[in-house]
Amino acid sequence: MNVVVCVKQVPDPNSVGQLDPVTHTLRREGVEVVLDPGDEFGVEAALQLAESSGGDVTVVSMTPEKGAEAIRKALAMGCARAVHITDAALVGSDAITTARVLAAAIARQPYDVVITATESTDGYSGVVPQAMAEFLGIPALTFAKEVSVQDGTVRVKRQTEAGFDIVTAPTPCVVSVTAGINGVDNPRYPQLRGIMQAKSKPVERLTPADLGITAVGSAAAGQVIVEVLPAEERGAGEIVEDDGTAAARIVAFLAERKVI
Amino acid sequence: MAVAKTWIYAEVSEGRPTTTTLELRTQARSLGGAVEAVVLHPDAQAVTGVLGDHGATTVYLSTDAGFAELLVGGPAADTLAALVPVHRPDLILFGSSYDSRDVAGRLAARLGGQVIANGLDVRVDDGVVVESTVFGGTQVVRTRFTGAAPALALIRAKSFPAEPGGGGAPLVVTVDAVISDINRKARVLESAADVASGPKLEDAPVVISGGRGLGDPKNFAMLDELAGLIGGAVGASRAVVDAGWVPYAMQVGQTGKTVKPAVYIACGISGAMQHTVGMKGAKSIVAINKDADAPIFKLADLGVVGDALKVVPQLIEALKARG
Ligand SMILES: Cc1cc2nc3c(=O)[nH]c(=O)nc-3n(C[C@H](O)[C@H](O)[C@H](O)COP(=O)(O)OP(=O)(O)OC[C@H]3O[C@@H](n4cnc5c(N)ncnc54)[C@H](O)[C@@H]3O)c2cc1C
Ligand SMILES: Nc1ncnc2c1ncn2[C@@H]1O[C@H](COP(=O)(O)O)[C@@H](O)[C@H]1O
Repeated sequence: MNVVVCVKQVPDPNSVGQLDPVTHTLRREGVEVVLDPGDEFGVEAALQLAESSGGDVTVVSMTPEKGAEAIRKALAMGCARAVHITDAALVGSDAITTARVLAAAIARQPYDVVITATESTDGYSGVVPQAMAEFLGIPALTFAKEVSVQDGTVRVKRQTEAGFDIVTAPTPCVVSVTAGINGVDNPRYPQLRGIMQAKSKPVERLTPADLGITAVGSAAAGQVIVEVLPAEERGAGEIVEDDGTAAARIVAFLAERKVI
Repeated sequence: MAVAKTWIYAEVSEGRPTTTTLELRTQARSLGGAVEAVVLHPDAQAVTGVLGDHGATTVYLSTDAGFAELLVGGPAADTLAALVPVHRPDLILFGSSYDSRDVAGRLAARLGGQVIANGLDVRVDDGVVVESTVFGGTQVVRTRFTGAAPALALIRAKSFPAEPGGGGAPLVVTVDAVISDINRKARVLESAADVASGPKLEDAPVVISGGRGLGDPKNFAMLDELAGLIGGAVGASRAVVDAGWVPYAMQVGQTGKTVKPAVYIACGISGAMQHTVGMKGAKSIVAINKDADAPIFKLADLGVVGDALKVVPQLIEALKARG
């Protein structure tokens, strides 16, 4: 089976991100970029599907910056090859443009399943997978907690507000996966051998223009950020060290708020 | 640009519009212009009255079985895409549910248009402007739609109160379900609910949440007991949901639920911004954490530096003694 996984390169989530109040773009100085932690689960799910069906995994990533840290890690985890769409003009692209570019890159080769995460850590628009499925003209099984493929049918245990649904679709289809997919606590870690092998795996570099898409970046986005403000902060209140009386203090607090 | 017509994509659950759907109408009414609803569900007929009460003057509905038997995102996007050019709404509001994200994402791609997710507020200011927060609620961003109508916005739950607007019975217009062959392919075979007793997490006056600091899944039983005593609901951090201690339906935060109870009690939760974004709208916050430097204390009205495994049982005893 040909599995594709879409991975996003994001500023290290352990450093607090900030939008520049003047330019309205992400401040990137001194911030490392990494494979989105959510997409690590996407890579894990994609590799599991390829392993169980005897296929392999192609990574697709679109980044305004030239660096390909996310792709390198996905290859080191075990993906076979990568398509890297990169162009400075991509800065400020919205979710729909992103989906259009990714779909165009994916559609060039035969594929069975396209894996994404449910939302990215930095943008969390959470609509790229569905929009991409629309551009590809295929169904999307979203918010998967579990995914498997048998005889050309994809079966997903889908997260819902109340519990879960079991949903199915024939291949080809898009599957967006949640953290903890297939009961995995931590996605596989790249091994030294994988890191070495990654260096010789093929990475195809494309620009959106190579895919016939010229309207990208902030100019093509149907939206513009008009203002960035600091959010109202909640102040800290009373802090007590528990000396055995904290429970009584909490009871008094609840009574003052009239919830007991 | 004024907003002459706002549509609400109304979701139905257990024969009622979802709370978020009703919250959207409160918002839509404040924009001026007509407020109309689209409801695509086998039970659609049952909810038109409530939608009217909350201010919808017209309800477009289809009760096609496809909207339940199929994964709804595709079929609903197909049907909306057919209605939009006929009725020309300026703005379509969606709640940030899983299904609505599916609908809005596909519809935006189909219309070649624009969608803004994670909205907290919508206003008209030289066009439609959506306010959202980024980076765990540390910064507020206002984004204006600049492309062709309709603008699509996904609004997070609990962004507005669900107030009835005193409207009368709406005009009900039955529309055709338009479902493409592609969107007939994703089927729902079964639906299951995680059973929880007591009030729903989103509606409970008190939410008691547990995190990794509880040390063991079985310690959640303490929180259940506490919740039972004060009519609260139990929530959780993502760390313990990902670890499989409790179901996802209990997760509070950026990728979980937003709660705004009168009191939120965080037990053994560090207070990562992805968690606090889902609970900092609570009226009061109590935190129990053994690390005095835990970030959760920065927003707690009452912070207890101590062992949750000691404090919670004492709290239970104290409440029982109080009777
Ligand atoms: C894209 C993205 C989305 C996310 N979405 C969410 C989300 O929706 N919700 C969410 O919660 N998280 C979310 N997270 C994860 C978040 O960043 C944190 O990792 C998570 O909230 C931490 O959970 P925790 O506080 O239970 O665990 P920890 O951070 O490990 O904290 C445990 C705390 O317990 C304390 N403790 C230990 N023992 C005791 C004891 N006996 N008594 C009292 N205190 C004790 C410790 O001091 C510590 O502060 C998201 C992360 C990302 C990247
Ligand atoms: N620039 C990108 N390159 C590759 N994949 C992406 C990109 N942006 C989004 N995705 C995929 O879409 C998912 C959801 O992202 P989003 O809709 O932006 O929150 C991510 O987890 C990725 O799998």
